[in-house]
Formats: sequence, C-alpha cells, structure tokens
Amino acid sequence: MVYLTRKCEFSASHYYHNPEFTEEDNRRIFGKCANLNGHGHNYTLEVTVKGSVDPKTGFVVDLKQLKDILDREVMDALDHRHLNKEVPEFAHQIPTTENLAIAIWKRLESHLKIAMLHRVRLYELPDLFVDFYGEP
Amino acid sequence: MKAHLTRRYIFSASHRLHRDDLSEAENLDVYGKCNNPHGHGHNYALEVTVSGQVDPRTGMVCNLVDLDSTVQQKILARFDHMNLNLSPEFAAQVPTTENLSVAIFDILKQNFSAAHLEKVRLEETGKNSFEYCGN
Repeated sequence: MVYLTRKCEFSASHYYHNPEFTEEDNRRIFGKCANLNGHGHNYTLEVTVKGSVDPKTGFVVDLKQLKDILDREVMDALDHRHLNKEVPEFAHQIPTTENLAIAIWKRLESHLKIAMLHRVRLYELPDLFVDFYGEP
Repeated sequence: MKAHLTRRYIFSASHRLHRDDLSEAENLDVYGKCNNPHGHGHNYALEVTVSGQVDPRTGMVCNLVDLDSTVQQKILARFDHMNLNLSPEFAAQVPTTENLSVAIFDILKQNFSAAHLEKVRLEETGKNSFEYCGN
C-alpha cells in the first residue's frame, strides 16, 4: 500500500451562527467568527489516497484524474465562494473547518473511483487544521 | 462524524542534557554538544491533536478557545522562556524532547477533557520532531 497526497489551496469566506442559539450564545460560543458580515481564510487542502502501485504505470493513481476531480468538486465549488451562502452543505450546517473537511470528503468519495480515499486534511490557518478519515 | 483537530503553538526554552550519574566523558559521549554546561535553547513547535464527534449544533470537535486556554495556562506558562532543567518535571529526568513530549501529553491529559487527546507532536528544530500518543 502506498499513500499519495495532493495539495491545493482555496480562499473562501464564512461565518458561524446557529439560529437556534440566542445572539448572546452565538457570540459566546463562536466569538469573532459569529460576525454576520463574515470573514475569510486561505485554506490549504491535502487529500491523501491509498492503493497498490500499478505495475504497468508505477502509479497509485493517475494524478491528472485526481487533479480534475479536485478542480471540479472542490476548487470550482469552494474557491472564492461564501460558504454559508453558496455551498449547499452549509445551508443548514455551520461551515467550521471540521464540517468543511467532512463535506470535502463526501464530495470526493463519491467521485473517486480510481483510488481509496485515506485522509482529508484541511488547514484553516498554518497553526490550525482538521483531519478526517471517514470515521462515523 | 469523528474528526481530528490539530493546533500548533510555539514556545522557546533552554535545556542541558546531562546525567549526574555519568562521568564527564560519558555525558559528552552520549549528549555531545547538548551537554554544554551552560545549556542552549530551541524554538519548539508543539502540535496538539484532539479528536471527537463533531457537535451538530456548533460544528466543532471542541471549542478552540478552551484548548488554547488550557495550553496557554498549563504548558506555555510553564515552559515558555524557561530553563527546562529547573522545571519540576525534569528534577529527576533529562529534558530531552522525548521526555518533554511525554510530560506535555500527561499534563494535557490531566487538564483537558473537552475532547480526546490523540497526540502531542513536538518539533525541537526544523529537522527533529517527536510524537507521543500516550502509550
């Protein structure tokens, strides 16, 4: 088994707000992230796939195919978008980095026929990242 | 859904790797330049990984403010800009980064319960890093 990781970067805006909470609770729990005017991040995404090395090509996965899926399912959908307003997963879910990593996993999993998804690592900041391994 | 969250912190500290029960020559042999009697220092980068179910109401594994506050009070206040050899944790053991990783993990395990502590990763320099998962 060999693991291959592809990195890409996207920028998006968001805010954290749960309409079931009072305004006071939203501010207490989410702090500055509760500002309804939103704010943004440069996200760095690392997608790791795993598989056996194909003896004919020497590849775990055709990187071109992986890049095309990442461009279509992640970059086109998320880059320079407002996560709360433009990404369907966050119509009723808070776009935290945890939920965004899970959403990216689900977007990739259903399209990734060429190798097995191992991990989605999403950096919100250089000193803050989330790993999701598809665990329930 | 279970997710892992990692937060990175920086602190600076000095240390000297030395054992009183070894001779001067043996200390030099085992610890090399790290045995310099006057000590030396590092900028340590600490990565703390916690895991748990993502709370559907908040979208979070745990509130980052709580993790930051625990690490600030229990780790950074204790070790940042300190001489590790004088810290109670190293009264009876050598402050290698291996031992420091274990000490940090144990302190966090006792003081942070908002999510499961998965791992402590400690970079001593850009080239050396150590990981401890509690066993």
